[in-house]
Amino acid sequence: MEEKKNFLLQAIGIKKSFGSIIALEEVNLEIGHNEIVGLVGDNGAGKSTLIKILTGVYSADRGELYWKGQKIDKLTVNLARGLGIVTVFQDRALVSQHPIWRNVFMGKELANRFGFINIRKEKEETMRLLKEMMGFTSASISSPDTIVGNMSGGEQQGIAISRALYFEAPLIILDEPTTGLSLTESQKVINFVRNIKKEKKSCIFITHNLFHVYPVADRIVIIDRGKIVEDLIKDKITLKELEERMIKVTGTNAMRAKNADKFLLNN
Amino acid sequence: MRNFVNQKRMEIAVSSVFLLMIVIFICGNPSVFLNYRLYMAVFTTLPILIFLSTSLVFVIANGEIDLSFPALIGISAWAFASTVKAGINPFLALIIGIIVGSFGGLINGLMIANLGISSLILTLGMNFLLRGLIMIGTNGHGITLAFLRNTKFFEVFLGKIGKFPLLMLWAAGFIIFVWLLFYRHKFGGNVCYVGNNIISSREMGIDIKRVKTLAFVLVGASSGFVGGMLCLINNQFYPNTGDGYLLIALTAVFLGGTPTKGGVGTIFGAIIGAFILGFLETGIIGIGLSGFYTKFFFGLILILALISHRIYKTK
Ligand SMILES: Nc1ncnc2c1ncn2[C@@H]1O[C@H](COP(=O)(O)OP(=O)(O)OP(=O)(O)O)[C@@H](O)[C@H]1O
Ligand SMILES: [Mg+2]
Repeated sequence: MEEKKNFLLQAIGIKKSFGSIIALEEVNLEIGHNEIVGLVGDNGAGKSTLIKILTGVYSADRGELYWKGQKIDKLTVNLARGLGIVTVFQDRALVSQHPIWRNVFMGKELANRFGFINIRKEKEETMRLLKEMMGFTSASISSPDTIVGNMSGGEQQGIAISRALYFEAPLIILDEPTTGLSLTESQKVINFVRNIKKEKKSCIFITHNLFHVYPVADRIVIIDRGKIVEDLIKDKITLKELEERMIKVTGTNAMRAKNADKFLLNN
Repeated sequence: MRNFVNQKRMEIAVSSVFLLMIVIFICGNPSVFLNYRLYMAVFTTLPILIFLSTSLVFVIANGEIDLSFPALIGISAWAFASTVKAGINPFLALIIGIIVGSFGGLINGLMIANLGISSLILTLGMNFLLRGLIMIGTNGHGITLAFLRNTKFFEVFLGKIGKFPLLMLWAAGFIIFVWLLFYRHKFGGNVCYVGNNIISSREMGIDIKRVKTLAFVLVGASSGFVGGMLCLINNQFYPNTGDGYLLIALTAVFLGGTPTKGGVGTIFGAIIGAFILGFLETGIIGIGLSGFYTKFFFGLILILALISHRIYKTK
């Protein structure tokens, strides 16, 4: 039990079901200090559900959460953020009808104690964020007033990621941040994750793409149908071996995908 | 400047409609429209509409609707009238009315936020239920309040400074309040975020139930104030007090450009919408048409506005 102190975040025996669907059963996961953990698994394996429990969006049916060795009884989104967990959700969690600056500070406004927002400050900070973090060149996002819904998918993902990085936090969770991004944009995201490591922070990096996660991760965790089936130290396994394990775990599905490819080729 | 015009396109469009209307009226009958007495008539009904339409913007931007505010006006008017009649200080009675209205809004909000039921249907039912309650309770009888005339209470709300009606000043004060709340306060932002995307809002830690509930409380509170004012304006509490405002207050909101699907809203639009509707009725009679034309023009202008908002949006 004393060992808990060595972890930044620890989840023990997490169970979560939605009606009759068991999304997670008996999941144990630890994230160390300054550790990058790659979380991989098939569609519907339970990755997003797990991180939503770690960020207070859902509450687990059973199980315990520890932050720096301290037990957390009731984790809410605001509490998680207060502790220092920021998240880029799979759906990006943006409000499309609103400008960038509103999205950046949504839910954690720069406000006085009466709740009035310092709009000028928020816009200035957004401008700075756009310049520094993303190095955006596109004219459409030269202004913090740009409506998010009018931006491209990659640009929106960029906003979601820079927003998370703006709020300096010891643990950054990225749920499929590279999905739908071009090669260069994906590379940017991977560089972000490298920076997280350099800045002595931790990260959970969820992806389907082993090529994205392998170079940056310290550990790779494979989850399948609500259970953690492999927890591997990256240095002890080659990318090739990892691919093979992945195929073994999600074997039937991979076979099906292969057959689908063949089907496409033949027709 | 160009940027400003671009951002405020909708507001500029709806204001031009209003100005155009006024110009037409003035050309149609200069003597009536340059006479200040007409404006005085408008300025007693206009503030009522402003109170209602600006607070409805919150509920609609939140992705919900409130059809029960006419009955909330009624029930708070009833509370106001009966407490005043019982000899309670009218200022205190007005506060009681506002509390009753807010409480009605709270019940709406709590049910919608916690049970996840349709606000359209719930508030529709609530409107019947509360109005029915008033009818049962009063047996259809009103309460005369003529004794309030020329009291201090009357002067504070329906008096004039020089020639300017005080109720317009109260409305101006309320506009400043809702404007700050909607554009400058966290609450206004949250109302819109929840209306825009409820899942994103949850992921970003916004207390959805609280935000939804408070939006309905705001409509309840302003309905409560309006209830008291209508009693004062009419010298009387009627059991159907507030009934006539359902469609016209909502028309003002939509005329102003707040979309029905939620996520955004415009306070400025709701105010101009109220101005258009407030002047339209008087104006039609002023240029010599019969009152029968009023509804026709209400409908026409709403549909034209809807089309112009659509065009402005796709540009
Ligand atoms: N809110 C919900 N209500 C009902 N079922 C849900 C909900 N969220 C997730 N599920 C179910 O739980 C299971 C795990 O879903 P989850 O989103 O965690 O998978 P995932 O590993 O993130 O998949 P993907 O790679 O497709 O994002 C799925 O069967 C999904 O249908
Ligand atoms: Mg997922």
